[in-house]
Amino acid sequence: MPDFLLNAILAGSALALISGPLGSFVVWRRMAYFGDTLAHASLLGVALGLFLQVNPWFAVMVGSALLGTLLVLLQKQKKLANDTLLGILSHGTLAAGLVCVSQMADQRLDLFSFLLGDLLTATRQEAITMSITSLALLALLKFAWRPWLRIALDEDLARAEGVRVDAWQLLFMLMLALVIALAMKVVGILLITALLIIPAAAARQFSQGPGVMAMAAGAIGIVAVNAGLGASYLWDTPAGPSAVLVAVVVFAVGLGFRRGE
Amino acid sequence: MNELVRLNAVSLTLNRKTLLQGVSLRVVKGEIVTLIGPNGAGKTSLVKLVCGLLAPTSGQVVQAPGLRVGYVPQRLAFDANLPIRVLSFLRLANSRNLEVQQAMERLQITDLAHSLLHALSGGELQRVLLARAFLRKPQLLILDEPAQGVDINGQLELYQTIASLRDELDCGVLMVSHDLHWVMAKTDTVYCLNRHICCQGAPELVSQHPEYLQLFGQNAPAIAIYTHHHDHEHNLHGDVVPNTQHSCGHEHGLHGDAAPHHDHGHNCHHDHSQDHESKTGSQPHA
Repeated sequence: MPDFLLNAILAGSALALISGPLGSFVVWRRMAYFGDTLAHASLLGVALGLFLQVNPWFAVMVGSALLGTLLVLLQKQKKLANDTLLGILSHGTLAAGLVCVSQMADQRLDLFSFLLGDLLTATRQEAITMSITSLALLALLKFAWRPWLRIALDEDLARAEGVRVDAWQLLFMLMLALVIALAMKVVGILLITALLIIPAAAARQFSQGPGVMAMAAGAIGIVAVNAGLGASYLWDTPAGPSAVLVAVVVFAVGLGFRRGE
Repeated sequence: MNELVRLNAVSLTLNRKTLLQGVSLRVVKGEIVTLIGPNGAGKTSLVKLVCGLLAPTSGQVVQAPGLRVGYVPQRLAFDANLPIRVLSFLRLANSRNLEVQQAMERLQITDLAHSLLHALSGGELQRVLLARAFLRKPQLLILDEPAQGVDINGQLELYQTIASLRDELDCGVLMVSHDLHWVMAKTDTVYCLNRHICCQGAPELVSQHPEYLQLFGQNAPAIAIYTHHHDHEHNLHGDVVPNTQHSCGHEHGLHGDAAPHHDHGHNCHHDHSQDHESKTGSQPHA
């Protein structure tokens, strides 16, 4: 097996391992659109990173963490709870990001890889970093599991029972920002949300409990990423979109499965 | 002092809308306090203030130190994509297996242990939520329209369960209810809310208050007042006694002869001085 493929498999699987369980929470908390907004805004983070000459992944991470926290605060004010505003922010920041990146003439070639990911160029170093990060995040998710689940079930009930909702929300936001920065490499900005919610939605069809669903989402994500990479290797399709397509197929098969229940 | 929670002249304004104004209220140990009032009267807001889910714009909400609250929301706001069984749901509140089993037996939901939460009927969900609150051994049980979405037979049973849980846990109960029959029969103190507190006190007194009659004019004539003695023979923490044995002697009085005669066995501190006009028997506005 060529070295670059091994790196890609390692990096992609590492991401899917955390994006599945975390994506389950995104689905449970109906935050798909919210995730989309963060993901689209990350292109602006990339531009900012290039402009300030800091690592773009780092810039994206910090940028989406800040934006995410801001969104949570605004939503608490009950003034920004609607889809329209999230939509404006989501596409507004994407457009701003596209304009900014296009103005940096020497970086223009990279635009496509940011939008669609370039998993096949992952280095061994990147693959190892992503694996370690992913495992660490998984441990953190395990730690946050009960309070997050209680919040997902009913925020008011959790708060009334003494769960420190705001602190746990913040942790969720930070982890989401980090996973989005990682996912940018794998599937690109346009499809980050897909890798969060589609494996989770597919896993829902086969699961009767939250833990099972989260683990199944991770497994389906890993299968999807690897099948996507295989397709990319064999037929020269783009790896990220292929992986998302595989996840959609699993979801569709699951629909039939659930109907038969 | 057995005071569990006290609201001092609490006002709440959200988005420039005044939801509550100058509301004072308290719940003491062993007392059932019911909030009644029309839609939009701020009942749910008041409950959320007491739970600490909202902060008052002015005034104070004072909880007894270390107060354990069991909160039963109107419904759960969770996505159908979150599959969770009743047993796992209850374990989120208290992971001790034995206690979870006992709570399920107490609320008669053992059969539902492996049902998915989102597949439950309204009445089943309320019992599960009660079990969850029960598991926390609350000192104050707070319920927001527990009978909503529960069929008529289930409602009576539910209310009786709540009353018996009060006896068992010796906790205070604060609930929002639309069911005036129940309010009159089983409540110690009624607060009639319409952004401010219109009237308060023992049910017999509140039911004659002109503001009460104005608010519930259409329904009020249909209410027979069930005066009640607080002479339940509580069997503490013990066997589950069928509801039929509940020894609450109802005396079906009529509107006119509401001689309030109930024994204040449960530390009921009704502030009868507040019921000023009601005693003079003002004419109903209805």
